Amino acid sequence: MKFTERSKISFNAVAEHLFAQLTAGEELNINLNAEESVFVRFNNNKVRQNTQVEQRVLSLLLQKSSRTANISFSITGNVTEDLKRADQWLAQARKECDLLPEDPHQVPMVNNGTSDSSVTGKLLSYEEMFEAITAPAKGSDMAGLYAAGPKITATRNSKGQNHWFSNESFAMDYSLYMGEKAVKGIYAGTVWDQNAYAAALSQSKNQLSLMDRPKKTLQPGAYRAYLAPGATAELSSMFSWGALSYNSYKKGSSALQKLADKEKSFSKLFSLRENFGIGLAPRFNSSGEVAPETLDLISEGQMKNFLTSSRTAKEFNVAGNFAQDGEYPRAMEIMPGTLKKEDILKELGTGLYLSNLHYLNWSDRPTARITGMTRYACFWVENGEIVAPIADMRFDESLYDCLGENLLAVTDFQEIDPNVDTYSSRGFGGKKLPGLLIKDFKFTL
Amino acid sequence: MLDLHRCLNSLKGSVDWAQLRLVSEKTTWRTVRDEKPYLNDISFDHGLMVEVLVNGHFGYAGTSDLTEDGIKRAFSHATTMARSASAFKVHDFSLAQRPTAKGKYNSPVTRPIDSLSAKEISDIFIDSTRAMKISDKIVSRVASAMIIETEFFAISTSGSDVHQKFSIVSTDFNTTASDNGDIQMRSDNGGLARCHQVGAEIFDRASILERSKKIAEESLELLAADNCPSETLDLLIAPDQMTLQVHESIGHPLEYDRILGDERNYAGWSFVKPTDFGNLQYGSKLMNVTFDPTVPDAMASYAFDDAGMPATKEYLIKDGLLVRGLGSLESQARLSLPGVANSRSASWNRAPIDRMANINLEPGTSKLEDMISSVERGVFMLANKSWSIDDYRNKFQFGCEYAKLIENGKITKTLKNPNYRGTTVKFWNSLKAVSANRETFGSPFCGKGEPNQVIRVGHTTPYCLFSNMEVFGA
Repeated sequence: MKFTERSKISFNAVAEHLFAQLTAGEELNINLNAEESVFVRFNNNKVRQNTQVEQRVLSLLLQKSSRTANISFSITGNVTEDLKRADQWLAQARKECDLLPEDPHQVPMVNNGTSDSSVTGKLLSYEEMFEAITAPAKGSDMAGLYAAGPKITATRNSKGQNHWFSNESFAMDYSLYMGEKAVKGIYAGTVWDQNAYAAALSQSKNQLSLMDRPKKTLQPGAYRAYLAPGATAELSSMFSWGALSYNSYKKGSSALQKLADKEKSFSKLFSLRENFGIGLAPRFNSSGEVAPETLDLISEGQMKNFLTSSRTAKEFNVAGNFAQDGEYPRAMEIMPGTLKKEDILKELGTGLYLSNLHYLNWSDRPTARITGMTRYACFWVENGEIVAPIADMRFDESLYDCLGENLLAVTDFQEIDPNVDTYSSRGFGGKKLPGLLIKDFKFTL
Repeated sequence: MLDLHRCLNSLKGSVDWAQLRLVSEKTTWRTVRDEKPYLNDISFDHGLMVEVLVNGHFGYAGTSDLTEDGIKRAFSHATTMARSASAFKVHDFSLAQRPTAKGKYNSPVTRPIDSLSAKEISDIFIDSTRAMKISDKIVSRVASAMIIETEFFAISTSGSDVHQKFSIVSTDFNTTASDNGDIQMRSDNGGLARCHQVGAEIFDRASILERSKKIAEESLELLAADNCPSETLDLLIAPDQMTLQVHESIGHPLEYDRILGDERNYAGWSFVKPTDFGNLQYGSKLMNVTFDPTVPDAMASYAFDDAGMPATKEYLIKDGLLVRGLGSLESQARLSLPGVANSRSASWNRAPIDRMANINLEPGTSKLEDMISSVERGVFMLANKSWSIDDYRNKFQFGCEYAKLIENGKITKTLKNPNYRGTTVKFWNSLKAVSANRETFGSPFCGKGEPNQVIRVGHTTPYCLFSNMEVFGA
């Protein structure tokens, strides 16, 4: 039996079993997160490590007497064994509820409906994957990670909701090197196409050839800069650090406080929304609540909505929008503008073409100031012509400047930035992002 | 209880070597915000990693299915993949990289964690956040703990038999104060920086309440403080910020897997080259740095790493000279350099890679008051708030929660929004005084590796004084 099918049988058996155990006044939400993944790490186009992981984690959220207990535990996929574990941890959850104080922000469980999305893919077999991945990169110094296999997220509750989202997918996240110069690429999807992968590598090799010139070292200062979608992806990741969270806003830790309070604004060229139509993440959250397909967060430079979980909504007596706890974007889209791909270098004129950024962090949250580094294929451009790769530079820049009056243009195309995170398990989701043309982007070191 | 020896005996035969690594880890989060429960979360992670050596290549398969069928399936996956991958292997490994290890380790615990109930912890935290309630300007009051209980067994076909048991607590107490559009956060030495191998004795009510009140007072003090000046001057750094400085600008660049390029596609490379060992003057003569997984209560102490190498204290930098890096037996073989016992995995579902453990700055001879007296004009920074460094671990910029201005040898006033930036080797060569007293902090969340792994690290450091540093405010 295939992993996904076996997991579904076990999950449903455990859920039905636990729901039948509940006594009056108890409600239970159950989540499954599971994967059967292959991870192959490459260095210099050779295999450094390969790991296969089969894991299933069941999470219980028990509400009892206005108390809330959250418990997660590993299960096996074997129904008999999993029922035993589930009984043990339900007992522990009840014990927690008996010991803990009342939870004033508890959200009563409801039936949030039913959905089932399962995508079957075509992935490389163990026998063929090493040759398939390394052959097109022959002669290149390639480092990276191939991660693939079925993954599942699902939720049920004692009120009857039942949501299932699974797919068989892969991501080949790689870099190609020429000494210390490098370019970045990601080939991801659900059906492995050897020709498409070879084409992606070929494009990366062409980009790397542009790096075959002496590096230019720039002095700190303000430069006109084009952030390609890969760099926009890094910049936009900062929106996940509490910036768009209503709870963070109320508790003083959102970096967009001044935007929400209308003390500052972004450019009319900048709009950001949640768009589950991208199709990479489920619309339901871990409580089974189904978010709207699209939700405007920042429109034409003005804050329209924060992401607000039902728990936060209850805490602050406001309307929620079914955000995940933590209130971070799960399907972020930055809206396109009018700058055409063929005009990017011409409009940049003289300045920096930045393919990627690295290791961003808030350097001053109240002013939405971010520091970080340039990384990979970043070039000095003069009069619309690429002149030289640059030595990496540190920037320190406020979003109110670079996405405010200094934002000159947004590209008319967007690229998908798939979530390739693999902390504890492979992630779902991804972003849809354009490139950004910015003046006076500030570099400090 | 799973009989690992019986499992191993049923699996061996078609590989050159095999190891079973069984990990059970219970993580409990207790968080109270504004005197109300915010998070009470228990996760119990339980699984087995099968590791095999086939044709000079190590292969791994981890499973949470601990039935007989599940373990056999994992062994089959590990073997099949290792055999296929061995034709593409980066290095020809042998059993020399998996010495036989036998022994036990237990975290030093005075009172077992389970001697304190959820209610008792919750009550202390409610009182903590109540103690923080000293002004309407304080908009957020948080008390939080992450409690980790880990049990680890490893047995191999070459006779290894290791049992390690860890009890770890990380705490965080913080307040956010807001007034006139300014927002200032103050915590208990930085977010979750107080982390140790310890038992329930860490939840000392009197100490927690005293610290909670001080944190709240200092967040208000910051609201009224001047901004950190932007100039080049002396910089005195407290151990709760030195922790981050050591971690980012010594620990990571000395990891052999970064130097070898394994990590290039994710966290990055290193400015350190193999030829730098024994030659590079990394810092001033006052700089002595050790890898020390033997510090009793530090976050990352253990008896053996995941490859079976005994954990011992080793000097990485001696009198400012780089002498040794952070490399496991595999990396040592690839680089032909000596290393340390740092082959560590985040859990049963990840293969071990080169990690930090406890990376410590050895004490100097100065007294803190003398260090302050020696400064004509400088800034004294405490507790990390912001961190960023390049993928070669060279150009960094760090921010702190709290600072004091030093003028003519005396502390004169509090400063807010303190930041500094620099480059690694130049920074460490500007070290001009090191205190005799040290403090131990750490982090439960050092991220690295493909697939990604979070590991726990500890850092024991003194107060350090640096000359000619670029500092700036908001």
